[in-house]
Amino acid sequence: MRGLLLAATLLALVPLVLIIYYLLKKGLGSINGSFFTSDPTGSFFGSIGGVRSAIVGSIEIVALATVIAVPVGVGVSLYLTEYGKEGRFSQLVQYFVDVMTGVPSIMFGLFIYISLIITHVGGNFTAWKAAVALALLMLPIVTRSSEVVLLLVPSSLREAALALGAPRWRVIFRVVLPTALPGLVTGSLLAVARAMGETAPLLFTVGSATALTYSLGQQMNTLPLQIYNDILSPRAVVVAQAWAAGLTLVVLVLLLNVIARFISRRSRIA
Amino acid sequence: MEPSATTLSGGRPDFGRSPLSRLPDQFLRRGLTALAVLILALIVYFFIRLIQESGSTFSQFGLSFVFGNDWDVSRNIYHGAPLLVGTLITSGIALVIGVPVAVAVALYVTELCPRRIRTPLAILVDLLAAVPSVVYGLWGVFFLAPKLMPAEKWFASTFSLIPWIGGGASEVTPTNYFIAGLVLAVMILPIVSAIAREVLATVPPEHKEAALALGATRWEMIRMAILPYARPGIVGGAMLGLGRALGETIAVVLLIGDAPAIGKHLFSQGYSLASVIANEFGEATGVHRSALFAAGLVLFVLTLVVNIVARAYVSRGKRGERGSSVDAPVLTASTTAQPTQ
Amino acid sequence: MNSPATSNKENQLMSTAEESSRQTNRSEPPRDQHAVGGHAINTVGLHAYYGEVHAVRGIDMTFAANEVTAIIGPSGCGKSTMVRCINRMHEEIPGAWAEGQVRLDELDIYGERVDVTAVRRLIGMVFQKPNPFPTMSIFDNVAAGLRLTGTKADNLRERVHRALRAVGLWNEVKDRLNSPGVGLSGGQQQRLCIARTIAVEPEVILMDEPCSALDPVATLRVEELIDELKERYTIVIVTHNMQQAARVANSTAFMLDGELVEHGPTTEIFTTPKDERTERYVTGKFG
Repeated sequence: MRGLLLAATLLALVPLVLIIYYLLKKGLGSINGSFFTSDPTGSFFGSIGGVRSAIVGSIEIVALATVIAVPVGVGVSLYLTEYGKEGRFSQLVQYFVDVMTGVPSIMFGLFIYISLIITHVGGNFTAWKAAVALALLMLPIVTRSSEVVLLLVPSSLREAALALGAPRWRVIFRVVLPTALPGLVTGSLLAVARAMGETAPLLFTVGSATALTYSLGQQMNTLPLQIYNDILSPRAVVVAQAWAAGLTLVVLVLLLNVIARFISRRSRIA
Repeated sequence: MEPSATTLSGGRPDFGRSPLSRLPDQFLRRGLTALAVLILALIVYFFIRLIQESGSTFSQFGLSFVFGNDWDVSRNIYHGAPLLVGTLITSGIALVIGVPVAVAVALYVTELCPRRIRTPLAILVDLLAAVPSVVYGLWGVFFLAPKLMPAEKWFASTFSLIPWIGGGASEVTPTNYFIAGLVLAVMILPIVSAIAREVLATVPPEHKEAALALGATRWEMIRMAILPYARPGIVGGAMLGLGRALGETIAVVLLIGDAPAIGKHLFSQGYSLASVIANEFGEATGVHRSALFAAGLVLFVLTLVVNIVARAYVSRGKRGERGSSVDAPVLTASTTAQPTQ
Repeated sequence: MNSPATSNKENQLMSTAEESSRQTNRSEPPRDQHAVGGHAINTVGLHAYYGEVHAVRGIDMTFAANEVTAIIGPSGCGKSTMVRCINRMHEEIPGAWAEGQVRLDELDIYGERVDVTAVRRLIGMVFQKPNPFPTMSIFDNVAAGLRLTGTKADNLRERVHRALRAVGLWNEVKDRLNSPGVGLSGGQQQRLCIARTIAVEPEVILMDEPCSALDPVATLRVEELIDELKERYTIVIVTHNMQQAARVANSTAFMLDGELVEHGPTTEIFTTPKDERTERYVTGKFG
């Protein structure tokens, strides 16, 4: 029986090993000097360019998404742990946040399409709209993980501060949040990693672009969409580049995961 | 007086802190409450808009949008059964393959493996969740699909007499339900396994010791003491995995073949709710777009129902106490301070 | 200035934010006020509830100024709840509320216009388990009370040092004021928490089983400290340890099932209690 369970465990790791192996094998070969320094040409002949614009776009969009999602997510979790407590409304919010974590990521793209793109709010397809879609995707993750961490902050610390005569907002900002900080950062980074790898919410929000742009008000290229389009390309050399881009994306995501775990180890609370 | 406590302290009137010093507290409390309201409002707004946008589809096709087997963009006919069937088949395959493996991994990690490699092993399995779905698609299309073709052909011809599975080697296509389902199985494995691990960790040690003390072998102990206790939680975890599988888009759109008809058997091309949106939304207008919104609505409702049921199971599996990564403990300042003394 | 006139106290309790910072600045040098006139606490018909549970059932009691009053009683008798009512920490628990009056000198801290944060600044609290703030250094822990209440003290350093001296921690920590407060031993942590409490210069200190998490040596040190502190503060201590009550308290109250059974000079309570239940408890026949 032990053997069977061990076999299943090894079986579960086979895809991971294979994926990493092929990413390295096929991806490393396609990374050349211009991979990180030039933009995809998108042309059917000649040089295919690199993925610079995709990397820049992904980082910029995810950064904006983080700036939106983390304060809101932590704010909602603060509401749930510090103010709402076990009230009816807070339980309702908690429940919906739970349910939101299970909403398919493509629904967030649809949501932005329905609310911001059909209505032509500030242009048609733009990078910032994609960022909002990713922010909505991150929101339940950030809220959920923050809530867990805030609940780990011992209530004795809140009591100690309140008993000194501190108003609740100071207790939150000077005692609760600083104590929970490493955990909050970890949860947020995991959400960032998740958003970084998502393709579906970008499909009909970010538009299509290959050129490098830093403006969030324009259409942008992103790493996941670049990979998706490369996979569908008939040119073998483009497909080969997809592996390299895939490797880049996985490295970015894994890096975020590793940093997140590293920070959580330094947490002062369990 | 903290406003929250005012309401909670039995309707005692306001304690009259001077307006100025109460301001930050009220501001923070109202702001955070507003954020919470905003979340609910967004969900409700989305739901209403989705119904509005898909309204014309449902009025035109009615229930045949869900049950009719004819999705033809050129004739503007949108009967979504191929999508729903594809979603259900691929998710079903994912569960059948993924859940047993995930539970086995969880059992091995929590009960059998040497303590030293427990955490590294759990981290490795969790890493499967960190791989972006587009990378799963990439790997599936260019590695898994071609490599598995011979095996699928052999399987299809060997079991050709069994309906839904057979059909002969010639009918096996590189992208099909099975491949999509297989990759989905890998993708849901980490979440199902993580929840199973959490649930298994809540099995009281006394249960296990009781079984062992009765002379049970380790395997009998797992069967007698652990699995019955953990069953609701594992079922809930599987359903959360199902929710993931139902809504997974990019890997499926690359691997299912995007054929707008119900496939004849396991190794035929098909379509799914999520992949049709991903694939066709870009150039859709009018009724077509409305039909895609309708597909989105069906998918949304489907995943909501599955998730709601899953949550109920998971929280039951943890006996009322909500665990870490998926669910948070409801232990707060308040509940820990027991009304003693 | 030494007489804590009611009107003066009323001003303090109902102070606005600006006034409260002025008030704390004004209290320099603060010790004069405490040295002469202490502050007594009276409870009148005090009831406390947790939802449906009636934990404290009508207590009328006086805690004399500049004395240590111990509250003893078996687990669940309501003694902790009762002290938590005195600085209105009780109501922080969702579903919990209190009725009746708690008077600091003449002013009801449950009065209509009273600011609860002002109440807690005047009536400090030390908890069962030492709870220094884990993100703060030793110095910051002691300064926390002043910073958390928005008090603008120009002599922050001096006040922190004075508080540390008052709890006898100065010599032990003066070289490592910037190291984390949680790095101290349990007994030191508890004295740090006491320093944190007295740094805000309260008038009353409530102690909820302050030694139950400490070893005998650390307990002894804290008990000595309590003895020193009573010269300047009115102290209420909840304890499950009758010997401790006998050692530190001027008067002792025995509570049972949310009611006050008996309150008198400590020696009387332990030698010639009037109530039979008190006698049975202090002689160890139950509880």
